[in-house]
Amino acid sequence: MTDNPTRSFIVLDRLRKEFGGVVAVNDLSLNFAKGQISALIGPNGAGKTTVFNLITGFLPPTSGSITLNGVNLSGKKPHRIASMGVGRTFQNVQVFPAMTVLENVMVGRHLRSRCGMAVSCLLPQALRPEEKRIREASMVWLEAVGLKDQADRTAGSLPLGSQRMLEIARAMALEPSVLFLDEPASGLNARETAGMGDLIVKIKAMGITIILVEHDMELVMDISDNVAVVNFGSLIAEGTPKDIQANPDVINAYLGA
Amino acid sequence: MMEPSSVSFSDILQYIIMGVQSGCIYALVAMGFNMIYNATGIINFAQGEFVVLGGLLMVSLTMTLNLPIPLSFAATTLAVTAAGVAMERFTINPVKNPTVLRLIIITIAVSIIVKGAAMGIWGKNSYFMRHFSGSEPLDFLGASLLPQTLWIVGTLVLIVAAYIYFFNHTMTGKCMRACAINRDAARLSGINDRRMVMLSFALSAGIGAIAGIIITPIIQMDYARGALLGIKGFGAAVLGGLGNSMGAIIAGILLGVLEAASAGLISSHYMDAIALFILLLVLFVRPSGIFGSSAAMRLKEF
Repeated sequence: MTDNPTRSFIVLDRLRKEFGGVVAVNDLSLNFAKGQISALIGPNGAGKTTVFNLITGFLPPTSGSITLNGVNLSGKKPHRIASMGVGRTFQNVQVFPAMTVLENVMVGRHLRSRCGMAVSCLLPQALRPEEKRIREASMVWLEAVGLKDQADRTAGSLPLGSQRMLEIARAMALEPSVLFLDEPASGLNARETAGMGDLIVKIKAMGITIILVEHDMELVMDISDNVAVVNFGSLIAEGTPKDIQANPDVINAYLGA
Repeated sequence: MMEPSSVSFSDILQYIIMGVQSGCIYALVAMGFNMIYNATGIINFAQGEFVVLGGLLMVSLTMTLNLPIPLSFAATTLAVTAAGVAMERFTINPVKNPTVLRLIIITIAVSIIVKGAAMGIWGKNSYFMRHFSGSEPLDFLGASLLPQTLWIVGTLVLIVAAYIYFFNHTMTGKCMRACAINRDAARLSGINDRRMVMLSFALSAGIGAIAGIIITPIIQMDYARGALLGIKGFGAAVLGGLGNSMGAIIAGILLGVLEAASAGLISSHYMDAIALFILLLVLFVRPSGIFGSSAAMRLKEF
């Protein structure tokens, strides 16, 4: 594996996380390439979601480092990491159920508005072109995920598949440079899964790097440029979907010895 | 002594007026509780002290320094809001592992400190304050109505309107709601949750101060009033379903009216006991509050 610059957009260097005596992530070193779809797969409990939690700042690593484009992310708070262009969705859908679909995306967009906590945020919407821009930009993302006509419904009333789409729209409203998707197809039916695959490819085409954790192997092998397999917190294989499918270690990890 | 049989329409109306008047204050205190509860999951036991600080500071500015009421109103609200921010920055924010119990104990400590400080500054006297616009009662269908009561009701209406506007139509308000609903997802969207907690203390202190300012002409303020105002406000918050401010407003007014009616129909000695009895009853029978049902969950968040 050569180390050309596009391969090292996100670099995990001997990343380690222990919970008490349990080693969830075991000195994992991994590079994710810019502009590609990279999948992180492995059996249940392999530490995939923990890796996501470490990268997005929800958990502090025990040791090791995470860099995005050369900038160190470890130890930063989630909202700081988000502001550095890291978007994420959760394995269990995390929308704001009592807010409208549009409001959900607008909240995701707020970092891209300049208003922060300033007094200008308190002005009526009509007097603020900013607010209008947030609204319009949010609608664009709703349209991209096919939820434009649901904008005024409460997010909690959407079916699961649509909530997953909404979560992606909210993450995209951040205008991230990299998007982490934690099991985007879980709980979706075949048709919805195919739609999710199309959406992920569409997002890649916008130049956004995608890191995917997913159990639906058909989807993973279909859309990924690169697949990394972890088991017990360690990397056991890495390569193109074709390589991975033929790798005996992977087959072993999945089927058991 | 008045026999229950001799209760007239104007008496009932009088109880309602008195009840709405104190109920508005309970509602405001309850809104303060809810705001911090939604942002942090804790009950701020210093909520009543914000009310006392608002009242006493207003007394000093208007009665001692003779400043005009609008100016004193604004200055007092700002000062107590700053006190709320200071409370969050110096006592809540530095806590390394902020469990609910720890934070609640901190708020109890803050309430004791504030109470002590208020006693040091203002002494143990009750303070009068002039009414906003005359203290001559108006006649309202046979019952007497203080102009100050109208100020109180009007203030509540304005605050509720501002509240709805803030949480539904400003980005900061939406972010606060998002943070209350799902803190992880909010942080992931780049919302600084600690800042939202600070903001909730600021707003909560500001609303508390306003409650103190508008009620002081009627009840006269002293340093020790915070606890009882706090408990009744808490009762309203629980009755309305903790975290649900629209429920708290209705519950606060209901509590005030029940209290005033029981004072009039039974005995004013039992007034406070009745409010506490209702609080206990709700906690025993329906801890989610009357508006805390799953159908009302939609209204929840602030």
